[in-house]
Amino acid sequence: MGLLKGIFYFYVNGFREMKVGKQLWLLILLKLFIMFVIIKLLFFRSKTPNFDNKSDKAIYYREQLTN
Amino acid sequence: MFELIDWSRAQFALTAMYHWIFVSLTLGLGFICAIMETIYLRKGKDPKWKSATKFWMKLFAINFAVGVATGIILEFQFGTNWSNYSYFVGDIFGAPLAIEGMFAFFMESTFVAVMYFGWDKVSDRFHLTATWLTAFGVVLSAIWILIANAWMQYPVGMEFNLQTARSEMVDFFALVFSEVAIVKFWHSIMTGSLTAAVFVTGISAWFLLKRRDVDFANKSIKVASIVGIIASIAVAYTGDKSAVQVASHQPVKFAAFEAIYEGAESADLTLFGFLNSDKTLHNDEEVFNGEWKVESLLSFLAFHDMGSFVPGFEDLVYGNEERGIMGADEKMERGQFAIEQVRRYNQAVKSNDLETKNEIIGLFDRSTEEGMAFHDEYFSYFGYGYLTSPDEIIPPIGLVFYSFRVMVGLGLYFIFMFIAVLWLQYKNILGKYKVVHYILIISIPFVYISSQAGWIVSEVGRQPWTVQDLLPVSASLSSINSVNVITTFFIFATLFTILLIAELKIMFKQIKIGPQED
Repeated sequence: MGLLKGIFYFYVNGFREMKVGKQLWLLILLKLFIMFVIIKLLFFRSKTPNFDNKSDKAIYYREQLTN
Repeated sequence: MFELIDWSRAQFALTAMYHWIFVSLTLGLGFICAIMETIYLRKGKDPKWKSATKFWMKLFAINFAVGVATGIILEFQFGTNWSNYSYFVGDIFGAPLAIEGMFAFFMESTFVAVMYFGWDKVSDRFHLTATWLTAFGVVLSAIWILIANAWMQYPVGMEFNLQTARSEMVDFFALVFSEVAIVKFWHSIMTGSLTAAVFVTGISAWFLLKRRDVDFANKSIKVASIVGIIASIAVAYTGDKSAVQVASHQPVKFAAFEAIYEGAESADLTLFGFLNSDKTLHNDEEVFNGEWKVESLLSFLAFHDMGSFVPGFEDLVYGNEERGIMGADEKMERGQFAIEQVRRYNQAVKSNDLETKNEIIGLFDRSTEEGMAFHDEYFSYFGYGYLTSPDEIIPPIGLVFYSFRVMVGLGLYFIFMFIAVLWLQYKNILGKYKVVHYILIISIPFVYISSQAGWIVSEVGRQPWTVQDLLPVSASLSSINSVNVITTFFIFATLFTILLIAELKIMFKQIKIGPQED
C-alpha cells in the first residue's frame, strides 16, 4: 500500500512541479475532448447496423465486399 | 470534383503526415538523450552533460506529448472512415495495433514519467535505465505499426475465411518476421535517428552561431554527428533493400518510382528528370522533357543484376507473355471470378442452399489441392475484381517520381553533411564558419521533408491498394456522408496546425532559454 501511495504521489507531484509541459498537456486534453466527444458524437455516426450475431455480420460484410 | 474516397484519403494522409512529424523525432531523440545520460554518469556525473541531457529531454517531452495526441486520431479513423478495410483485415491489423497500444505505450508512459519526475528522486542507475527503456519503448511501439503497414504492402501469414468474410492470421511469425516488415522497421527507425541527429546538430549550430553555450553545443554535436553518420548510411542501405523488395513484390510501384512505361533489360536509372505532363499509357509522347540517366544502374538496383529486365507500365497493364507477366485485364477477370464466388456463397447462406455453400467452401479451403489452386489462380487477384479499367493499377506517377528523388537526394546529402561535420569537429574548426552553422540549421526542415517524401513514395506508390492485390482503397471505405469527412478534414487540419504551432512556440522558447545547470 505504501508503495502504491508512493507511486501515486510521484506522479501527482511530478505534474504539479511541471513548468514547461502543463500548457501543452492542457491543449492536448482540449483537443482530445473536441475529437472524441464533439466530433465523434456529431459527425461520425456510423451507418453500419448493429448485428444480433456473427453470421449476420458476415452476411453484411460479404455484401459490402461484393457490391 | 473530390468524392468521399478522395476526402477520406486526404484526411488519413493529413493526420498521418502530422503524426510522422512528431514520431520521427521521438524515435531518435530518446536514444540521443539516453546516450548523453550514459556519458554523464560515465564521466563521474559531469554537470555539463547533465544539463545537456536535461535540455534535450525537455524537447523530447514536448514532442512526445504532441505525438501521442496525433496518433490516437489515426486509430480512430480506421473505424470511422475505413470500416470495410478494418473488418476485412480483422486480426491481422488489429492485433499489432492492440499490442502497440497496450504494451509499448504503457511501457513508454511509465518510464517517461520516471525520466522526467525522477531526477534526484530515484537512483542514478534506475533513472538511466528508465531513459533507455523509454527510448526502447518508442521503438517497440513503432515495430507493431510498421509490421501492420508492411503487411498491407506484402500480405503474408493470412488466409481469407469465407464464413466470417475476414482475413485471419494463420502464421504470426510470418507476419512479424516478413522480409518487408524487417526492412521497413529498420529503415523507419534509422530515419527517426537521422531526424533526431539533424535536429540536435541544427539547434546546436544555432547556439554556435549566437556564440553562446558553446561547450554544450559542441558536446551535443559530437553525439549527434556520430548517430547521424551511422543513421544516414543505414537509411541508404535499408532503402536499397526496400527498393529490391518493391521491385519484386510491387512492380507497378517500382515502375512509378522511375516513371517506366516501357520495360527494358539493362534499364537505365533516371537520376533526375522533368516529366512530360502530356504522356499517358495510350500515346507515344516522350516520358521526359529532359532527364539525366545512368546506364544499366536501375536493373542493378532493382535486382542486383545489370542485365535484368525491369518491367514498365505497358508490361504490367497489358501483360508480357515473353517475360511471363500477366496483364491487369486478365487479373481483373480472375479477381471478378473470386468475388463472384463470395457473392454466390452469400446468396447460398441466405437461401440455405447447402450444396452451393459446400461447393464454394471447398474452393476457399487451402488445405486441399483444389483450394490451393483456386487461391493461386483466382483469390490472389481478388482486389483486381473491383477495378473498372486495367490502368487503374498505376498510382499517381508524378507525386511518386518526384518524392522518390527528394527522399534519395536528401538522404545522400545527409551522409555528406555528417562526414563534413565530423571532419570539421576533428579539426576543431566547426565553430569558425557561420555558413556551416546556417547550413546545419536549414537542414532541419530538409530532414522532415525527406522523411515525409519517403512516406509519400511508400503509401501513394501502393495505390490503388490498401492491401496489395487483395483490397483496393475504393472497397475499403465506410458508408458515411462525405460532408462529415469534409468537415472533419478541416477541423483536424485546424486542430493539428494549432498543436504544431503551440509545440514550435514552446520549443523555441526552451531553445532560447538554453541548457540550465542544476
